[in-house]
Amino acid sequence: MTEKFCTYETAWCPGCGNFPIIDCLKTALEELDKDPSTVLVAAGIGQAAKTPQYINTNAFCGLHGRSLPAAVAAKIANENLTVIVNTGDGDSYGEGGNHFLHNIRRNVDITHFVHDNQIYGLTKGQASPTSMTGLVTGVQVDGNFNEPLNPVLLAIAAGAGFVARAFSGKKEHLIKIMKKAINYKGYALVDILQPCVSFNKLNTFGWYNKRVYELPEEYETNNKIAAMSMAMEFGDRIPIGIIYEQEKPVYHSKNKILANGGPLVDRQTDTAVIEELLKSYI
Amino acid sequence: MYNLLIGGAAGQGIDTTAAILEKLFKASGYNVFSIKDFMSRVRGGHNFSLMRFGAQPVYSHSEILDGIIALDNDTVKLHKNSLKEKGFILCDTELTAEDERMLKINMNDIAKKIGNPRVAGSISVGAVLKLFGESLQHVEKILKTSVKPDYFAMNIEAVKAGYDAVENRFRHIDGKYADNMLISGTDAVALGAAAAGVKFYSAYPMSPSTGIMESLAAKSNKAQIVVEQAEDEIAAVNMAIGASYAGVCAMTGTSGGGFSLMVEALGFSGIAEIPLVVIDVQRPGPATGLPTRTEQSDLDFVRSASQGEFPRMVIALRSAQDAFYQTMRAVDIAERYQIPVIVLSDQYLGDSLSTVELFDPKRIKPARPSSSYTGEEYLRYRYSESGVSPRLIPGKSGQAVVIADSDEHDEKGHITESAEVRTKMVDKRMKKLINLSKELAEPDFIGEEKFNVLLLGWGSLWGPIKEAVELLNKDGDRKYAALVFGDIYPLPKKVLQEKAETAEYIINIEQNATGQLAKLICEETNIVFDGSVLKYDGRQLSGEEIALRIRKGEIKND
Repeated sequence: MTEKFCTYETAWCPGCGNFPIIDCLKTALEELDKDPSTVLVAAGIGQAAKTPQYINTNAFCGLHGRSLPAAVAAKIANENLTVIVNTGDGDSYGEGGNHFLHNIRRNVDITHFVHDNQIYGLTKGQASPTSMTGLVTGVQVDGNFNEPLNPVLLAIAAGAGFVARAFSGKKEHLIKIMKKAINYKGYALVDILQPCVSFNKLNTFGWYNKRVYELPEEYETNNKIAAMSMAMEFGDRIPIGIIYEQEKPVYHSKNKILANGGPLVDRQTDTAVIEELLKSYI
Repeated sequence: MYNLLIGGAAGQGIDTTAAILEKLFKASGYNVFSIKDFMSRVRGGHNFSLMRFGAQPVYSHSEILDGIIALDNDTVKLHKNSLKEKGFILCDTELTAEDERMLKINMNDIAKKIGNPRVAGSISVGAVLKLFGESLQHVEKILKTSVKPDYFAMNIEAVKAGYDAVENRFRHIDGKYADNMLISGTDAVALGAAAAGVKFYSAYPMSPSTGIMESLAAKSNKAQIVVEQAEDEIAAVNMAIGASYAGVCAMTGTSGGGFSLMVEALGFSGIAEIPLVVIDVQRPGPATGLPTRTEQSDLDFVRSASQGEFPRMVIALRSAQDAFYQTMRAVDIAERYQIPVIVLSDQYLGDSLSTVELFDPKRIKPARPSSSYTGEEYLRYRYSESGVSPRLIPGKSGQAVVIADSDEHDEKGHITESAEVRTKMVDKRMKKLINLSKELAEPDFIGEEKFNVLLLGWGSLWGPIKEAVELLNKDGDRKYAALVFGDIYPLPKKVLQEKAETAEYIINIEQNATGQLAKLICEETNIVFDGSVLKYDGRQLSGEEIALRIRKGEIKND
């Protein structure tokens, strides 16, 4: 693939949707002229969460479900880092569901690429929060009967400023969306549909490929109500593209300390200030 | 040495009155030590503040009272038995409780005449000043910082009215503490963190640790510290780890319940070798336990929390001085060894105020990560003699990329299942303990060099044990000494073994039910305990209670 971001031997199954996603990520970063040393790719645990292992950037391979808090804090620490979270639907919406909700509220300028294959891959095929009803697994033996989460709808409702859906099988489109998401100032979510060739026999490449269609040029991304309707279209036809986009104040501008004075990591402790604080207790 | 209790229901203004009096006594030169005993409710119930002051050092609270300010009848009923014969119970004439030591003033009527019923507290302040032989010289200065400008004149008038309403009873003694700090353990931790260069503090509110977050937030703009209220403790600790990875000195704080949620991340800090400082301000557990009270029952837990094996350090805070300097030291050790350091405080220490010498923020200079590396390829987890590898900051170190991994990994940071690498990596991490054990601080030795009985304790029982040893050595044939641990895990053993060898009896004194320090010492040495003084009702042992229980032989054998 690209020289700058390197190619590694992976532990993914042949035909896995993760391959085109990581290729697109490398291309997007290359086309955005990013330097590997200024990019941080973070993840939790899962098959998708192995992504930071296979790309030449700073890498943070954290705990299951906990990539978002670590990633936003890294961005708070150093605003000059381009922080990207690449991880799966289980990590993002299951184990990390609470962090997903609350980081939408924070609106730290990071990008969240969710490799959504609607199944747990690493643990070999149990239902994920986005699994469709009826999906039979080794645990959901009578078919999954819990309603699937619609992460795109949820993110828009919760106030996210950039929400997109993409498909690993449409690489040119995915690269375009990834670049826009990375450039967006604030928390950007891209829910990337991808087949799991080993465990999800329902939502296959063909299943997605037959259903996805690119949003037309004239689609207006800044209408929240329309976007929510569009997000709910997930059946015989599935729209892909930027479903909702709106400028919003980012964490770094809302926080008085971060808004002025450069990256937190460069700030020194002023002993005179500490001494003044100590003396206030006399 | 005098001892005053202010009691009433939540919401009656105990804290405000106590805070003003504490400042006034310190301004007049006294050494002050105060604690708060409050219920987990915002209104009603029974709360009190206990304040000791005198011209000599004070290390803990006492239950023998010289005076009571009773804001309700319950206060009289609950505390009159602790009051000395010549003591007083200052209260409003409306109180129906009876005791010959009661000193009733029609404070509420006077307050109404002055113009606001809420200035009644200041009337009692004035009365107390007169009773203890204080002048009014510091009143204006202290009230200016304690009450809103609109109410200043009314409060001054109220203090004077209270002053004129009673006769003097006790003698003022000159002390030399007016220029000291008067600070809580909570604020001392926050200042220690700020002085150590903590720039990011993430936490979820939980009593009794919330005060640290609030104290840092109050200082955040001046000291340039980002304080983030996380959605839960799991987020809080993972945020601290993320910020630390990115090069910002970071810390999180909680109590036992929140710490329970943080344990997986503790091991992550261990294997990924990301410096982390977590403070656990203990309260009685398990589960919700007694939210606003004190206990030392998390030692067993924090020294073994999280799956797998990795080096860590546990430091218990003994006093407000410790709270400042040991917090600074925790930051330094976490950075130099790239390990998690757990600081153990508790509600007693966090909420108690004491008079201490001005802290010196330059005494400890915490280490910071380097910005360059030698060698051709940067290896985040390079094998080394000390077990510590070069830690670079992502985006701040030329072309190097920095990998942090919760999986077992090779020197570069990439996931591996190699048996050889696994063994070498575990060995590398555990080797950090060799140097760490060389810089452990030995426990504080208290008492007579030649002793019969050795008392062993840790953390916030330092003050009560110190006073107990003094009381016990005043009379009787046996001589007493004590060791109180600050650095507690790994356990410093040198002084412990020396002193244990010469002791006839060894007794552990702990604020828990199972003797967790004794258990740790038994695990690591051949020391045998002869008895223990344990308390786990949520209220701190006083020096008097420890001395009494030892004298009575009321010691619970393990």
